Amino acid sequence: MANPVTTPGSKRPTLVDGARASRTSIALKLLMALSGLAFVGFVLGHMYGNLKAFSGHDAFNEYAYHLKELGEPMLPHMGFIWIMRGGLLLALIIHVACAIELTRRARKARPVQYVVKKHTGAIPASRLMRWGGLTLFLFIVWHLVNFTFGKVNVETGETGDAAGDPYNLLVDTFDVWWMTLIYLVAMAMLGAHLHHGVWSSMQTLGLTGTAEARARVKTISFALAIVIAGGFSLVPIAVLTGLID
Amino acid sequence: MNLTLKIWRQTDAVDKGKIHTYAISGISQDMSFLEMLDVLNEQLNEQGEEPVAFDSDCREGICGMCSLMINGEPHGPEVTTTCQLHMRSFNDGDTITIEPWRSGAFPVVKDLVVDRSAFDRIIQSGGYISANTGSAPEANSVPVPRDNAVRAFNVATCIGCGACVAACPNGSASLFLGAKITHLGELPQGQPERWSRVVDMTAQHDHEGFGGCTNIGECAAACPKEIPLDVISQLNKDLRTAMRHGH
Amino acid sequence: MTDMPDTTLTSDRSHDEPSPGQYDDAAGYYTLGEPIADTKAPAGDIADRWQTRKFEARLVNPANRRKLSIIIVGTGLAGGAAAATLGEAGYNVKSFCYQDSPRRAHSIAAQGGINAAKNYKEDGDSTHRLFYDTVKGGDYRSRESNVYRLAEVSTNIIDQCVAQGVPFAREYGGLLDNRSFGGVQVSRTFYARGQTGQQLLIGAYQAMERQVKLGTVTEYTRHEMLEVIVADGQARGIIARDMVTGEIETHLADVVVLASGGYGNVFYLSTNAMGSNVTAAWRAHRKGAYMANPCYTQIHPTCIPVSGDHQSKLTLMSESLRNDGRIWVPKKAEDCGKDPRDIPEEDRDYYLERIYPSFGNLVPRDIASRQAKNMCDEGRGVGPMVGDFRRGVYLDFKDAIARLGKDAIEEKYDNLLDMYERITGENPYEVPMRIYPAVHYVMGGLWVDYDLQSTIKGLFVTGEANFSDHGANRLGASALMQGLADGYFVLPHTIRDYLADGPFPEIGEDHPAVVEARADVEGRIEKFLSINGNRSVDSFHRELGHIMWEYCGMERTAEGLRKAIDMIRELKREFWSDLKVLGTADSLNQSLEKAGRVADFIELGELMCIDALNRRESCGGHFRGESQTEDGEALRHDDEFAYVAAWEWGGQDGTPILHKEELVYTAIEMKQRSYK
Repeated sequence: MANPVTTPGSKRPTLVDGARASRTSIALKLLMALSGLAFVGFVLGHMYGNLKAFSGHDAFNEYAYHLKELGEPMLPHMGFIWIMRGGLLLALIIHVACAIELTRRARKARPVQYVVKKHTGAIPASRLMRWGGLTLFLFIVWHLVNFTFGKVNVETGETGDAAGDPYNLLVDTFDVWWMTLIYLVAMAMLGAHLHHGVWSSMQTLGLTGTAEARARVKTISFALAIVIAGGFSLVPIAVLTGLID
Repeated sequence: MNLTLKIWRQTDAVDKGKIHTYAISGISQDMSFLEMLDVLNEQLNEQGEEPVAFDSDCREGICGMCSLMINGEPHGPEVTTTCQLHMRSFNDGDTITIEPWRSGAFPVVKDLVVDRSAFDRIIQSGGYISANTGSAPEANSVPVPRDNAVRAFNVATCIGCGACVAACPNGSASLFLGAKITHLGELPQGQPERWSRVVDMTAQHDHEGFGGCTNIGECAAACPKEIPLDVISQLNKDLRTAMRHGH
Repeated sequence: MTDMPDTTLTSDRSHDEPSPGQYDDAAGYYTLGEPIADTKAPAGDIADRWQTRKFEARLVNPANRRKLSIIIVGTGLAGGAAAATLGEAGYNVKSFCYQDSPRRAHSIAAQGGINAAKNYKEDGDSTHRLFYDTVKGGDYRSRESNVYRLAEVSTNIIDQCVAQGVPFAREYGGLLDNRSFGGVQVSRTFYARGQTGQQLLIGAYQAMERQVKLGTVTEYTRHEMLEVIVADGQARGIIARDMVTGEIETHLADVVVLASGGYGNVFYLSTNAMGSNVTAAWRAHRKGAYMANPCYTQIHPTCIPVSGDHQSKLTLMSESLRNDGRIWVPKKAEDCGKDPRDIPEEDRDYYLERIYPSFGNLVPRDIASRQAKNMCDEGRGVGPMVGDFRRGVYLDFKDAIARLGKDAIEEKYDNLLDMYERITGENPYEVPMRIYPAVHYVMGGLWVDYDLQSTIKGLFVTGEANFSDHGANRLGASALMQGLADGYFVLPHTIRDYLADGPFPEIGEDHPAVVEARADVEGRIEKFLSINGNRSVDSFHRELGHIMWEYCGMERTAEGLRKAIDMIRELKREFWSDLKVLGTADSLNQSLEKAGRVADFIELGELMCIDALNRRESCGGHFRGESQTEDGEALRHDDEFAYVAAWEWGGQDGTPILHKEELVYTAIEMKQRSYK
């Protein structure tokens, strides 16, 4: 008598014992969704801050400075910023780690590729998630070097916080056409990432149980993608066109 | 019609396999796709070449046995099963590429035939309501609201063909899994085992080597029974709830 | 469509009918053996028999059950349900199917519904009425005790399926919905849209998979049973081929159950699945199991017609189409190739309305089928030429659309009309549909007693594979009922009486019966691969199907049947000398699988013709040219043929031996139907 749960003589998988919800691929997806939503919240706030540039030099710098003292005296100076940075870093690690693991599983799930494969039913954004994610990751690294840690002013060649003036750094950066281009490409990727990602997170959270809910969430995702990617793009375009200087 | 067929030939599970090209002529528009392959096989038999192995049984779109990737789409260009696809969906002179389902969890047995026993094991792991024969209460003692009954039926139409896996860029079987979770979860009889069911079945799904879902939607587009994507949402929701219930 | 007015038949031989026994059409083709009788059904009131039998059947101690092993061949409703139930009971079950998963068995294709005498509509239904309707629908050729039991357990089936989560149609109040089906006057059919078979099968499959997990059932998919092992007078196992590796495997057990379905594919074109076959039953027959009423086949009138020689399968459409569609053919043969819309009303022959003015298009299945074939044989068929003539008649919704509006028709028949359009490429709202009859179900099968045990001890047969419940014709929505009744509620009780004597002495693979069975299987496979002739298996199958359809289909005559027997014998000779099967025995080889099946179909086909030749009466779905009333309607001969014809294998070169089981009706009076 062969093992009752396998086809005799084969090496096919047996049944899983003692399964835990937290160890399933869906748990990974849930982490992915939640960390992704944290980023959505962050970029919305970030975008609001960026748009302050339209209020002029002083208002923008004041906003930037205020972030450092937000929460004082309950929090130490820069406390809020560091909490944010910690939270974002954690979300990033979770998001990337889950993405890597799910990608690894997906690759393994199809060891032999099709000779011909169509992608009926898929929006292009959904198929850009992994490359888009990688692009965004590289962009974030450069972005942090550019504006946060290195404070690289590509126009003047200066680094560090010599001027202590975020507004000027912003304007100097986007006066360079190729910096704006990099930024805009990244924002297009962000838009695409959000277009699929927001919908996907809602689906993963199980909030799209009907055709109507699905349609609604897809509209919201698209709108959010446009608003966020568009909102971020306004400032560099304004700088490049001289609307902000 | 005259056609060029590019067909995946592979002698057994260990063979590497490759695409062979065959020319076929005199195909009628009224033939089903599988009948066209029958004609090819008759021709090969005459020429002394072993016929192409492919799965089919009921040939009326309900058993789920047929399973071909036709020009990059599971079950071909129409929303139906391969056996219900007819040659009028193609044009004279077309080149048609035919491949088996590609999934690590569905190893190729021969040519276009794959082993889908992974689906059986997913069902074994919990895709049922435990009701021993004879122990059932009177059928009408538990009314089921019609909306729930209709939704349960709509997703219970899954035929287990595996097109969702074949289409999915991640090789995930979430649509299949979600359909069963939703079917049983919509019914009062399915409640007692609801949370353990979703955890056990999902764990088995992963264990078989199916990938994770990234909500792309190619599965639902390929499903010959038009199972909607909401079953995956339901699956995720049930798993999340199961977690809350301590599973 | 069986609830037709009755006229009591008392030897109503109004015209020149010879006295009983004058004819023996099949003389020379068979040997008459001893009568046979069912010895298991208890005597007494028909309503008490099943309870009595269940009580009298011996019990098996739960601790002993795991020492007892059961082989079940087939995973449809009958096999799947039995595997689940016997697994739950604690027996050691091995389940076999040729498909890649048990869930694909052809029960899945049943559309309409499942009957049960629940009387939820309070419309006068009862166990007795379902029993009565079934016996009458079977034209008084079924065994009373079995049919009563079927009706009795029908209600349990619904309870069981609902508990398993089968999503039956429901009313707004959440209770189960019923419809009236096949012309019966009560609403007792439970359904899940047009996919009832699928839902019931998935229920049984899931119950069985649960047992697989629990370790009581082991499933062997892509395995085909090729021989039954009969050792010391008892069925003790099977020889099966692993269809992937080609390995020939011996599986031994205390009892063997065949739930391997029907043999409609003997006609090549049928509504059966491509793989449906008679091999399991036929191998058992050759080992001593009697085959009962093999010529009883059901032919369904509303299938999508054949479109060409390539056709591999026929697709059924629900008979409900006949409620609103009008059936016609052109009056003149020369109009047959024309666009039907160009044929004026006066040139159309609404032949059913003409011949049967009171029932019109709603005549019973067999009449609608037979008349359609008659029209085509007359040269008035429509649709594409297939071979030398057109096989199809029009089913026209034009009047119904004019009367009820397109929307109403769409709402009622949308699925069906869509399916039709997908297959034929024609829009049925604009062009009349074409229909043609197709073989759909076989009532014949292995002979079993009340316990569902065949004439081989320890070989039980359930579902469509046995002959027991439907007589000469089957009521709509009763096939699912029988499969599940046998699997869930009948076999588990009767098999225990047999198993109470077990476990039987162990036999090893060196037992002469095992060695012989294995050698037979291996010899056959070797033979198929070594003939090396010129013709493909399919070409033989197609030819056999053509002979069967032409001469052993809806209308039969002695002359035609004799001719068919000669043709089949010739075909058999050619098969064994000119077959071409490529590939090897030790791999997946679909031609080789088919060769074995077709070899058995050929032998079965001959027996079917002999059975049909012997039965010189028109009954159920069969019209015998020599047995008709003055108006050309079916005439049954209860005085001569109220028996089950149970055929014993007469050896490779011998003639089959006929054993008659007299049918005795105590609870129901025999009547002859009339539909004029």
